[in-house]
Amino acid sequence: MRGLGIIDRKGAVFLAIVLGAAVLVPASNLGLAETNPLHVSDYLVPLLGKYVCYALLAVAVDLVWGYCGVLSLGHGAFFALGGYAMGMYLMRQIGPRGVYGNPVLPDFMVFLNYKELPWFWWGFDVFPFALLMVFLVPGALAFLFGWFAFRSRVTGVYLSIITQAMTFALMLAFFRNDMGFGGNNGLTDFKDILGFSISADGTRTALFAASALALAGGYLVCRALVTSKYGKVLVAVRDAESRTRFLGYRVENYKLLCWVVSAMLAGLAGALYVPQVGIINPGEFAPANSIEMVIWVAVGGRGTLVGAALGALIVNAGKTWFTGMLPEAWLFALGALFVLVTLFLPRGVLGLWASLTEGRRKTTAPAPPAMPAAKPAE
Amino acid sequence: MNDQASQPFSRTHCEKPKDCARTARSARRLLGYVFLLAALTFLSGVQPAAIGAASAQPASAPLAGADLAPALALLGTDSYGDTDAALGRLAVSTNTRAADIVEAIRDGRLLFDPQSKAVFLRMPDGAVTDAATGAAVGAPPAGLRPVRVNNRVRRAIDAAAGALALLSPDNQKRLAAAAAVFKSRDVSALPILDAALAKEGDPKVKTALEQARAAIIVASQSVSEPERVSAARLIAARGDQDALAILSSLPPNSPDAVKAAAADGIEAINRSLAMWAVAQNVWYGLSLGSVLLLAAIGLAITFGVMGVINMAHGEMVMLGAYTTYVVQEIIRTSAPFLFGWSLAIALPLAFLFTAIVGIIIERTVIRFLYGRPLETLLATWGISLILQQAVRSVFGPTNKEVGAPSWMSGAFDIGQMSITYNRLWIIVFSLLVFFALLLVLKRTALGLYVRAVTQNRRMAGAMGIRTGRIDALTFGLGSGIAGIAGVALSQIDNVSPNLGQGYIIDSFMVVVFGGVGNLWGTLVAAFGLGVANKLLEPFAGAVLGKILILVLIILFIQKRPRGLFALKGRAVEA
Repeated sequence: MRGLGIIDRKGAVFLAIVLGAAVLVPASNLGLAETNPLHVSDYLVPLLGKYVCYALLAVAVDLVWGYCGVLSLGHGAFFALGGYAMGMYLMRQIGPRGVYGNPVLPDFMVFLNYKELPWFWWGFDVFPFALLMVFLVPGALAFLFGWFAFRSRVTGVYLSIITQAMTFALMLAFFRNDMGFGGNNGLTDFKDILGFSISADGTRTALFAASALALAGGYLVCRALVTSKYGKVLVAVRDAESRTRFLGYRVENYKLLCWVVSAMLAGLAGALYVPQVGIINPGEFAPANSIEMVIWVAVGGRGTLVGAALGALIVNAGKTWFTGMLPEAWLFALGALFVLVTLFLPRGVLGLWASLTEGRRKTTAPAPPAMPAAKPAE
Repeated sequence: MNDQASQPFSRTHCEKPKDCARTARSARRLLGYVFLLAALTFLSGVQPAAIGAASAQPASAPLAGADLAPALALLGTDSYGDTDAALGRLAVSTNTRAADIVEAIRDGRLLFDPQSKAVFLRMPDGAVTDAATGAAVGAPPAGLRPVRVNNRVRRAIDAAAGALALLSPDNQKRLAAAAAVFKSRDVSALPILDAALAKEGDPKVKTALEQARAAIIVASQSVSEPERVSAARLIAARGDQDALAILSSLPPNSPDAVKAAAADGIEAINRSLAMWAVAQNVWYGLSLGSVLLLAAIGLAITFGVMGVINMAHGEMVMLGAYTTYVVQEIIRTSAPFLFGWSLAIALPLAFLFTAIVGIIIERTVIRFLYGRPLETLLATWGISLILQQAVRSVFGPTNKEVGAPSWMSGAFDIGQMSITYNRLWIIVFSLLVFFALLLVLKRTALGLYVRAVTQNRRMAGAMGIRTGRIDALTFGLGSGIAGIAGVALSQIDNVSPNLGQGYIIDSFMVVVFGGVGNLWGTLVAAFGLGVANKLLEPFAGAVLGKILILVLIILFIQKRPRGLFALKGRAVEA
C-alpha cells in the first residue's frame, strides 16, 4: 500500500509521460525517417533533454520551497557544481586530442602554464568517481551551508539573500583563472562520454533517455520524502516553524535533509545538462538564473512537484520560442510572467487547472497543499 | 607616530646654522672652479682680446652683471672652444636674454657676421634681431652664418639651459628645474646648483634645490662622508618613491656610515609609505562605501522599513542615471551654458520620475502582495526585467555617455595620496542624502506616519492614517532616493540597462548586514563593508577580496541573523 501510496493520479500521468518520452523520443529520432511527421529532429533531442534537466532542477527547487518553505535563490550553484563535476570528467576524457595534445592536462591548463594536474582534478578520469562527486560536491556544500544556516535559525528573506550571496560568491570565484576551472571560458570542447562520441545521435538520445529516467527517479525520491511522516513534519515546518519546534521536533534536521537531497538532485540535473549543451561556464552561477528557476516552480504550481516540472517546460519552451521569434519581447514576457503569476496564479498552472475542474465537478477531492497566505508570526 | 612624523621634517632645512654657512662657502668655492674651467677652455682658444675680456671679469661679477657683451664676443669667433666658454658665461648670466640666446644656439638660429664679429639672433618667425639688445635689425648684413655646434657644445648648451632655469627669476621654473636635477642626478649641474642655492630666497625652492644637491652628492665619491650622510638624511626626509629609489641605488662602495643612513632612511620611508598606502586604501574604501550607501539607502526604506523585497531597486537607480543622461542631452542641444548645472537639474527630476514609477509599481503590484515577502521578491524581479528591457528598447543596449561638470573632474594630493573630486563629492552627497532621509523620517509628519504604519498597520489605520496612501508614498520615497543615487552613480559607472543589476546584490548585503529597519545600521554597514573590501584587496586581490566579504557576511548572518543593529521588541514579530 505504501509503495503505491506515493504515486497519486497526477503523478501517475506525469510518470507515464516522462517514461514514455524516454522511450519514444529516442525511438522516433533513430527509427523514423526524417520526412516522417512524427520524427523528432536532431536539433530537438538535446533541446528536449535540456528541458528535462531543467524540470529535474525545478522539482529539486520545489522540494525545498514548496514543502519546506525555504526559498532558495542559490540552487543554480548546486546545478552548476554538478555540471562542473561532469564537465571535469568530460575534460579528462579528451585526453591527447586537445589543441595542445597534452595527455593529462586540459587545454586551458596548458595555456595557463600548469605543470601538473591540481589535486582537485584527481580521479575525475574515472566515471564512477565523477558521478559520486556530482552528488557529493553539491551535497557537501548544501550540508555545510544548511548546517550553519538552519542551526542559527536564519529564515525567510534572510536565508534567500544569503543563498543568493553564496551563488554570487561562487560565480566570482569560478570566473577567476587561478581557480583551475577554466575561468570565464569554463569547460567545453568535450569529445566523448563513457567511450561514446558526445555528438553522435545514439549518445544524444541515450542522454535524453537518461535525463528522463533521472527526472522520473528524482520525482519518486521527492514524492517518497513528502508523502512519508517526514514529509508531514516538513510541511508543518513550512506552515508554522516555531510551533513545530515547540512540539519537540528538531526543525533544523528536517530542513537540512530536505535541503541536501534537493541540492544533490540539482547537481544531478546539472551533470546531465552539461553533456547535452556541450559547455559549462561560470555564467551558470549567475544569481539571475537561480531566480528564474524559482519562477518555473511558481508558474507550474508550488508544492506539487509535477507542477514544477511542468512550469520548467512551459517557461523554457516559451523562452526558446520568444528568443527565436521576438528576441526583444522575451524579457517583457518573462517579467510579465513573474508579475502575473504571483498576482493571479498563486498556485500556478496546476492550481488553476485544479480549481477549474473542482468548480465543474464540485467534488471534495483533497486540494493540493494550500499556500500559506502569510507567514505566521514566529 | 608623532616622533617619526616630526623628525624627518626638521631635517629638510639645515640642521645647524654652521651647516648652512658651510654650504654657502662651498658653493662659492665651486663657483670659482667653474670659472677656472671656463677660463681654461678659453685659453685654448685663439682670440687674445677675448682672454683679456674674460679674465678681467671678477669671479662673481656675471651673477650680478647683465652685460652679455663678453659672451657674445666669444660667440662671434665661431670656434667651438669659444662657444663653449661663452655658454659657460651665459649659464650664469642674469640677463633675461641669456636663455633665448642659448636656445638659439641649439636651434642654429644664432648668426654671426664673419667681418664685424657682430652676433644676431634670428627669431623663429625669420626676423633678425640684435643678440645683445633684442632690437630688430632692419637690414642685416649680408653673409651671416650660424654659430656651429658639435657634441661638446651641445652638452654645454644643455648644461647652460638647465642652469639658466635654476637661476631663472620665476619661482615655478626654478622649482621645476630643481626637480629635474633631482631626477637626473647630473653631477655637472652641481656647481650651478650651489650658485643657485647661495642666492635662493624662497624656502620652498631652497628645499627643492637642497634635495637636488643632496641627490647628487649622496652618491658622489669626492664628497666627505659626513656631508654624504647628511645628504642621505635630507633625501630620506622627502619620504616618497623617488627618494626611495635614490637611497636604494647608492653605489656599492659607499662608506658604511652613508649606507647606514640610507638604510635608516629607506626604513623610515617604507614605514611612512605603508601608512600612506593604508590611508589611500581607507579613502578608496570610504569611496566604495559611499557608493554602497547610495545604492542601499533607498532599499533601506523599501526593504528595511516597509519589508518589501524590492528586486527592482537597482532598476530605479538605473532610471535615475538615464534621467541624468536625458537631461544632459537636452541641455547639450538647447542650452549648453547650463551644462555645469546639469546634475543639479537632474537631481529633482530623477527623484520625481523614479518616485512616480515607484508609486505606480506599488499601487499596481506590490500592494496586493503585502505579507507575502517571497512573492514580492518574484514580482519585483519581474518588474526589473521589464524595466531593463524597456530601457534597452528605448535607448539601446550600449553605454550612454554622461558628462561630468568641471567641478567634479580633477584631483588633488594630500601627502602621498591622491583624491579625485568626483569621489569626494559622492561621499559628501551620500552623507547629505542619508541625513536628509533621516530628517524626513524622524522630523516630518510623513515620517511619523511611515513609522506608525510599519510598526502597527491596523492601529495606525484606526488613528485615521490612510495606510494605503502612506505605503505608496513610502515606496515612492525609497524609489526616488534610488533615482537620485542613480544621478550620482552615473558619474562613476557605465550608464547601461544593466547598471542596476550590478548594485542589487551589494545593496541587499548592506541592508541585511546593517540590520533591516535601521538606517544607522545601513550607514555603518555600507562604510564598514566598503573599507573592509578595499583593505582586503591588497592581500587577496579584487575578486577574492569581494568573495571573502560575501563569505564573511554569510557567516555573520549565522551569528546575528538580524544584522548588526537588530530591531528589538515587538517590531521584530511584525
